[in-house]
Formats: sequence, C-alpha cells, structure tokens
Amino acid sequence: MSDWPILSIVTFLPLLGAVLLLFINGEEANVARNSRGVALWTSVFTFLVSLMLWVNFDKTTADFQFVEQADWMPGLNISYHMGVDGISVLFVLLATFLTPICILSAWEAIQKRVKEYMIAFLVLETMMIGMFSSLDGLLFYLFFEGVLIPMFIIIGVWGGQRRVYAAFKLFLYTLLGSVLMLVALLAMYFEAGTTDIPTLMAYGFDYNMQLWLWLAFFASFAVKVPMWPVHTWLPDAHVEAPTAGSVILAGVLLKMGGYGFLRFSLPMMPLASETFAPLIFTLSIVAIIYTSLVALAQQDMKKLIAYSSVAHMGIVTIGAFTFNQHGIEGSIFQMLSHGVVSGALFLCVGVVYDRIHTREIDAYGGLVHRMPSYALIFMFFTMASVGLPGTGGFVGEILTLLGAFEANTWVAFFAATGLILGAAYALYLYRRIIFGALTKDNLKSILDLSPREWLLFAPLVIVVVWMGVYPVSFLDIMHVSVENLVNQVETAQAAAASAAQLAVN
Amino acid sequence: MYPLIVFLPLIAAAIAGTITLVGAMSTAKDALHDAHGHHHHGVSSADRVAQLVTVCGVVISFIISIFAFVDVALGGNPVTIELFTWITSGNFDVSWALRIDTLTCVMLIVVTGVSSMVHIYSIGYMSHDPDKPRFMAYLSLFTFAMLMLITADNLIQLFFGWEGVGLASYLLIGFWYSKPSASAAAIKAFLVNRVGDFGFALGIFAVYVLFDSVQFDVIFGNAEEVAGTTLMFLGHEFSALEITCFLLFIGAMGKSAQLGLHTWLPDAMEGPTPVSALIHAATMVTAGVFMVARLSPIFEYAETTLMIVTIVGASTAFFAATIGCVQNDIKRVIAYSTCSQLGYMFFACGVSAYSAGVFHLMTHGFFKALLFLGAGSVIHAMSDEQDMRKMGGIWKMVPLTFGVMMIGTLAITGVPGLAGFYSKDLVIESAYAAHTNVGLYAFWAGILAALMTSFYSWRLIFMTFFGAPRADERTMAHVHESPAVMTAPLLFLAVGAIFAGWFAKDWFGGGNYEEMLNFWNGAIFMAEGHTALESAHHVPGWVKLAPFVAMITGFAIAVVMYKLVPSLPRTLANTFNGLYRFVLNKWYFDELYDKIFVKPAFALGYGLWKSGDGAIIDGCGPDGVAAACRNIARRVSAIQSGFVYHYAFAMLIGIAALVSYTIWKMG
Repeated sequence: MSDWPILSIVTFLPLLGAVLLLFINGEEANVARNSRGVALWTSVFTFLVSLMLWVNFDKTTADFQFVEQADWMPGLNISYHMGVDGISVLFVLLATFLTPICILSAWEAIQKRVKEYMIAFLVLETMMIGMFSSLDGLLFYLFFEGVLIPMFIIIGVWGGQRRVYAAFKLFLYTLLGSVLMLVALLAMYFEAGTTDIPTLMAYGFDYNMQLWLWLAFFASFAVKVPMWPVHTWLPDAHVEAPTAGSVILAGVLLKMGGYGFLRFSLPMMPLASETFAPLIFTLSIVAIIYTSLVALAQQDMKKLIAYSSVAHMGIVTIGAFTFNQHGIEGSIFQMLSHGVVSGALFLCVGVVYDRIHTREIDAYGGLVHRMPSYALIFMFFTMASVGLPGTGGFVGEILTLLGAFEANTWVAFFAATGLILGAAYALYLYRRIIFGALTKDNLKSILDLSPREWLLFAPLVIVVVWMGVYPVSFLDIMHVSVENLVNQVETAQAAAASAAQLAVN
Repeated sequence: MYPLIVFLPLIAAAIAGTITLVGAMSTAKDALHDAHGHHHHGVSSADRVAQLVTVCGVVISFIISIFAFVDVALGGNPVTIELFTWITSGNFDVSWALRIDTLTCVMLIVVTGVSSMVHIYSIGYMSHDPDKPRFMAYLSLFTFAMLMLITADNLIQLFFGWEGVGLASYLLIGFWYSKPSASAAAIKAFLVNRVGDFGFALGIFAVYVLFDSVQFDVIFGNAEEVAGTTLMFLGHEFSALEITCFLLFIGAMGKSAQLGLHTWLPDAMEGPTPVSALIHAATMVTAGVFMVARLSPIFEYAETTLMIVTIVGASTAFFAATIGCVQNDIKRVIAYSTCSQLGYMFFACGVSAYSAGVFHLMTHGFFKALLFLGAGSVIHAMSDEQDMRKMGGIWKMVPLTFGVMMIGTLAITGVPGLAGFYSKDLVIESAYAAHTNVGLYAFWAGILAALMTSFYSWRLIFMTFFGAPRADERTMAHVHESPAVMTAPLLFLAVGAIFAGWFAKDWFGGGNYEEMLNFWNGAIFMAEGHTALESAHHVPGWVKLAPFVAMITGFAIAVVMYKLVPSLPRTLANTFNGLYRFVLNKWYFDELYDKIFVKPAFALGYGLWKSGDGAIIDGCGPDGVAAACRNIARRVSAIQSGFVYHYAFAMLIGIAALVSYTIWKMG
C-alpha cells in the first residue's frame, strides 16, 4: 500500500468523481439525486484515503513525504512533483475533511443545476489538494489559479443577487496578484534554472532579487489571505456565495495565502521576509483592529463573519512572520482551527438562511425559543471563534501571540486587542440572533436542526474540541518541519547579518 | 481520587446539559403544534434527575475536598497529578495537571462548599422556573471551571479555568435571555473581563519569556534569579517582574471587579440570585485574589506593583462602599459590598499579608453567600421584588431568613467573635503594620470602608425587615418563609459565618505565626522584610480598636437615619444633592465608558466600513477601475458618506506608515 501514489490518488479522486458526474443524464430530479450521492461518496472516500497520509506520516523528519516525481517538461526542467511535509499535510486533510461537509450542506439548498454544482465542487477539491501538495512552482501556480475557476463559477452561478459584481471583484483582485506571482516564478526559473520547490528553497537568491520576488509573491498571497487593505473582495464574495461556497472559501481558500508565505516567502526569501516583516505586522494589526470594528457595525450576518475572518487571518500573518517556532506553529494551527470554526459559522448562517431566506441580523431574534439545539451549536462555535480555551481557536491564538511577544511586544500588544474586539462583535451577533423574545411572526414556526444538519455539525464540534483539549495530535505533526523552517530562516538571516558585519569592519 | 473533585461537576453538567437539550427540543416542537405555547412550570422527572445528578456531583466533590484538606493542608502532603499533555511548541510545554497544595485546598473547601449549598438552594429558588435543568447544568459547569482554575499547575490552565468561569458567568447572567437587560449585562461582563484578560495574556507571555516555562514550580523556583533582570516592553525597559506582575494584575482587576474594571459586577445582578451568591460573591470574583496569592513568589519581588495592588484595592474598598450606601436594590447593595470587600482582600495581598487576604476571601465566601441567598429568600418571599423601598416590616413573617441575614450582617460588619471580625481586623491591622505610606492609605480607606460597610449593611436590614410595610397588600399577604431546601443551606452557611473565623484564625495568621507558616507549607511566599502580617499583632491599641469603633459608628448612623429619624435620608439627599446624585449614579463610570469606548467603537466601525472600505478602498480599487464602464451615480453616493471619515482614514494610513517605520527601526 505504501508504494501507491497516495497523494495523486487523493488529489485526482475528486476529479474522477467529477468526470463520472458528467455521464449522469436523464430526468432532472434523478440527476440531482444521483449527483448528490456520487459527489458525497466521492468526497467521503477521498477523505478516508487522505487519512492514510495522517496515519503513515513520519513525524520525525522534515523531509517531504509521499513524494512522487514524474517528468513533465524535461527539457525545461519542470516536473510533476508532489509531496507533503508537516506544514502542508494538515491543509490537505482540512480540504478533504471540509469538502464532504460542504456537499452535504448543499443537499437541499441547491436545487438548480445540481450536477454542475457538484462537478464544480469536486474540481475545486482537486485544485485545493493539488495546490497544497505541489512541489513544483509551475504546478503550484496551476492549482493555485485553478482554484479560482470553480470558485468563480460557484459564486457567479449559484450566488445571490449581486453575484456577478462579487465574482468580478474577486477576479479583479486576484488577477493582479497572480500575474505578479507568475512573473516572479519566471524570474526564479531564469535565475535558478528550475521551478522545483525544494531546489528553490535551498537556492539562496541574493538580497536584491529577494526583495522583488517577495513583493511579487506578497501581491498574490496578501489578496488571498486577505490582508488589509486588499480584503474588500471577501465580504462581497461571502455574501453572494452559496453557503457551501462560503464554507470552503473561509475554510480552505483563505489559507492559500498563509500557506504561500510559509512555503515560498519565508524559506526562499528569508532576508526579504525579515525586511518586510514590519510591513506585515502593521497591515495585520490594522486588519485586526479595523476589521473588528467594521464587523461590529455590520447588519448582514455573513458580512460580519467575513470581516471577522479578515481579523483572524491577521493573527495568522503575524505568526508567520515572527520567525519563531511558537509564532509559526500558532499561525498554522490558527489557520486550521479558523478553517473549521469559520466554516461552521457560515454553516450556522446557512441553517437559518435556508429557512427564512435573509441574512439581515435584524430579521432574527429569540431563535433560542424554537431552535435550542441550533442555539447551542451556534454558541459553541461563537466561543471557539472568540478563542475560548478548550476550543481550537485558543491554541492557535495563544501560540501566535506568544511568538509575537517574543518577536516584538508592540505587535503582541496591538494584536491582543483582538481578544476584546473579537468577543465584542461575536457576542453582539449572537445576542441579536438567538436571544431576546421571539416576536417576529415568520420565526414562530421555524424548525430546529434536522438530522442532516446535526450530521454536518457533529464532526466539526468533535474536531474543535479535539483541537482545543488535545492539540498535540496536530502540533506533533508540524514540529519538525517548522523547526527546520525556523532554522533555515535563522541561518540565512544570521549569515547575512555576519556578512554585513564583515563588510562594515 | 482527587481528579474526581474536578471532574464530577463536569460530568454532572454534561448530563444535566443533555437533559436540558432534549427537554428544550421537545418543548420547541410542542410550541409549534400549540400556538399558545403552554409551559410546564411544575417539576418533571427529568428536572429531578438533573437536580439530583448535579447536587450529588458537587456534594461528593465537597466531601472529597474535605479529605483533601485534611491530607494535604493539615497533613502537609501537597501533590501534583499530571493528567496528559496539552500544548507543546518548542520549549513551550503545557500539561493538564492538578496541583493540590494548601492554597488549593482552602479554595476547594470554599468553592465546593458554597457551590453545594447553592446547588441545593437552587432547587427551591428555581422551582417556578421552567428551565431548571439548564440552570443546574450551568452551575455545575461553572463549578468545574472554577475547580480547574484553583487546581491549575500552570498559567495556561489557570487561564482555561479563568475563561471558563467567564463563560459560565456570561451564560448565567444572561440566563433569562428573553430580558434584553440580562443579555446586555452578560455581554458587558464578558467584555470587561476580556479587557482584564488582555493584560493577563500579555503577562503570561512575559512570564514565559522570562522563565522559559509557564509552570508554577519552575516560575517559583527561579523567581529570585529573574527578579534582578529587565524586560523590554513597548519600547521601555522595565524591571522584569514588576511589569509582568502588573500585567497579570490587570487580569485580576477584571475578574475581581476592581476600580476601573468593576462596572460589570453590579449589572451581573441580572442573573438569578443563587448565581450572584456563588459566582459574583463567593467564588469567581475572588479568582483575582487567588491569582495574586498563588503568584506571591513573583509578586513579592515586585515592590512597585504591590504598591499598585494596595492602592487599587484600598481605593476600591472605599469607592464601592460609598455607592453601596445609597443603592435601593437589595442585590446591588450586596454587589457593591462584594466589590468593596474584594478591595480589602487585594490590599491585604498588596502589603504581603496574603494569608490575611485569603482568610478574608474564605470568611467572606461564607457570609456573603449567606447574605445573597438570604436576599434571595427575601426576594422570593416578596414575590420577586428587589427594591428595598418597597419592603419593610416582614421580619416576623420570615423569622429564619431574618435570623440568618442578621448573622450575615453581624459577620460582615465585624462583630467580635464572628467570621468577619477575625479576617477583616487582620487585614486592616496588617495594612497598618506594613508601615508604608500606601499601607497607611489602605488602613484609613479600610477603616472608612468598615464604617460604611456597617452603615449599608444595617441600612439593608432596617429597610428590608423593619418599619412599616411598604409593599402592597397582595404582596404582603403572600410573604412566606422559604421551604427547607432553601433554608437548610442558609443554616449551613450561617454556621460558617459564625465560626469560620474563630476556627481557622491560627491557620491564616490570626494566631501563632509559626503555626501559620506550617499550615501554608510554602504555598504562599513572603519575602524577607515583608513583615506586615507578622507585625499585625503588635500594632498600637487604637489601631486594633479602630475597626470596632468604625463599625459602631456605622451602626449608630444607620439607627439614627433608618430607625429614629426616618426623614433624615431624604433631607440629606436633598441638601447634598450633587454628591448624592454622583454616588447614586455610581460615580458616572458607565456613562463615561459608554461615551469614550462603546459609542466611538460603533461609530468608528460604521465609518471605516462605509468610508474606508466602501469609498476609498473600493472606490480607488476595483470599483474605481470598473467605474469607467459602469454607472457613476453609485460611486458618487458612496463618496458622500462623510468627510470626517476620510480624514480618519488618511490618519490611519499615516499611523500605519509611522508604526511600520518605528517597528522597522527598532527591529
């Protein structure tokens, strides 16, 4: 079994499912039913196979594992190179874990073009997994951009009223960044003669080149994270996207930027990363404070959670650029837990949206009287979002802030204000929707969670508690790889510093 | 066996929680079919199971705690029970572990003891409430979190309990969620506590940076070494432990409602009265005091911070007492009283008389829980009336409640022989014996607060129980003594309020100094030269007499104003109207905070959203680009959203650039 190309199987299984879906034809109701079934079983099976990565993962090495390499463009020194390490493997699992939940959440919400919707989702899954497991720059680029296409379609076709505006906004933002990243990749290729990621990591670009490369990658990753001030596509995209689209957007797609920083910027451009760290810190701090305040003023549930995502991702980017183990592990952990928690929060919005068809906060109030189990679940994820100890949200936040404190106390000081502001908007949202008297007529007959919805939330609850009470399961996987990354960055920075010292003397 | 102390309440909470959920789901279903939504106000068998399970859980926990106290505190066998690893990252290594030493044991007795009584009492108090299982589940959840807090063997687990009790407090303050005021109070409590936690978290990071660990043993073992070092924080070089302890103390201020971060506590009275007794009087709010005592090995090396602790504690003791003197809501009087008494505990810690602080924490736990539960019994009798102006003349109708309230009052005012006398006098004498300026300040603030304590406590008794009845006839006809399930816990607590001080005084420094040290067995540390507690016995006679005189004076004023010349309060209020309004309105803290924090936050958020995101970023970014081929009208309307925010936004950009530059320069 261990000789099997597990990564490729996990990556392309969903695509296989999508191809299978193409052949489903006939009466519309049947097609819809069969499409749902095929998509769900494909994604569940993919998840089960991906668990092999978890089980067989060797925690004692920082090397890439499950590596597959095949010639692709041998003349150009570009190959199909796949592999995961302690930094990326958990993101692959995050993607395979969330996709079945997304598909199940769309079970009743999506009624038109079901087959196409499911195809889009499975293609999206392939792209996401491929992106996290590529070890070649060009391959990475293809997957990285490829993710956008199904997402663009999901928002543009199954989205809300302003879906076209949102889709184009998403497109405009990401386009600019992508072009620059492609240019940077080409520049690296011409300099190093390859786009192989492990080779590039060890290459050691000179400082000036690093600066330009860093900025180009930054343009792309910052949009994806998203960092302030290039975040305004996110609230619109979330608002217009169907529930499952929001879940996967917040759950996995936002992590592409953070992952990119850790995979490219830090190891390949350590000196430039050091130079630009203050910029990252500042933008992240602004993001935390600014978007938290903006979240406070929102009247649309999805917008509020979207803005909260920007604030939470601010913590992530701070952690990545602390260059110490606490910060980076915190950053990764925060991405994972935010993936699960914000995904769950969007599902929570979806539950009531499916029933009342509005995201206006003022249209709700007093839901606890009719939806006690919903109130409980929503409370649970609100608390996880607030970073209550015992939930996954806490571990990432505390490690990141600790790393930040070690790097620069100002950064920790300002970032920690998120503790207060985050609680403010989250509890304020919860209060307006769940608490109070039940006065609105259309809410009086609202139904509590269905068994299918319970099934959606149960795994998410388990994972969030697991991450909060025994996070070691996840941290153990990343320790060695992160340690290696920290050493690599430190060594490069120290070498440059001593060279500078020599030059002065 | 000790882990059971902590986890039985958790298991009980889970069971009661499940019962709650199942019940609520079926009620919600019934409501759909029955438009009138009939509620079952009786006691169902599910309710009974929930009550039984939670009561058993915490009572067994209490019994084991007594064994723990005998073995660990009296037998001198502190233990640490390692459960399993929690978080690891580099050298950061935290486990779930239970540390049971003398300090923990004292807290265990207070927490499980009071919690048991409150659980039992709640069966009666909540008998008319449809949500009995939910209430019991929350109470047990709180108890679990509080136990995690006091048994923590590292700062992160302490923080777990710390936030856990915050969650339980939030849920219980907002228990009656249909009331907007309850939900608002719940959020307020959570947020104000988070402000404290902001400091607490930074303090934990500082501890880690200094000690390379967050485990108490490691921290305490290296405190002396670290004491001489410095720490860069926000561009300044501070004495390492001074700044660390200061940050941690901010957390304590939030949780223990000290001056500045106290505003949530009075509002927390929105919760059912048993909650006020358990969480907002006897246990959770004392967590800050516990934390300072627990961390005495590092606080002892932070002289300046200890001075701050003393000043804040003393000021709170005075400030809260002034407000307590004029409130008319029976629960709010007791709430401000709690705030004030917490101030005593803090200034005791501030002058290094930690055991005196913990002593007062313990006795206060008994008599304040008694007062609150007694007040609950009064409210119960008065058909949910809380305004003392509408009470009066009921002492004969509720003799038992009246009796225990008297005991509570005698104890809190410090009548010789009762619990409060021993602990409060020890605290006040220690403050004097510190022989420092801040110690003296605390001493006088404590004396004045003692006077006011006596005054407002007796005022409460007179207004509630004596004089002509001011309630309407229907309420008066309904006045009745509470059932045994409520009065039995009152009697238990009354015994504590009478004897706890006398019984335990030797352990806490009220008697033989050596015996005290022996009892604590190193769980509390006092640095050389910090002799306030030791010298407390050798203060001049007038110092020992002063609290007593203050108490008598307060009593006398209350008798004059509320027994002999009932028109006097009104006359005084009219004569000193400005001062009266100032105190009645709680020194206008809420209004101030609303003006400088709450309103601006919302306004800023709205402005940044519309102007920053909308007009500027989108306007210059994607929308601007698209605008060429889109209609222009929408853009124009977006830009009109307010010029002030354009300036604010431009400033923000400027600040961002400046901060970037500064960090870069310093990095």
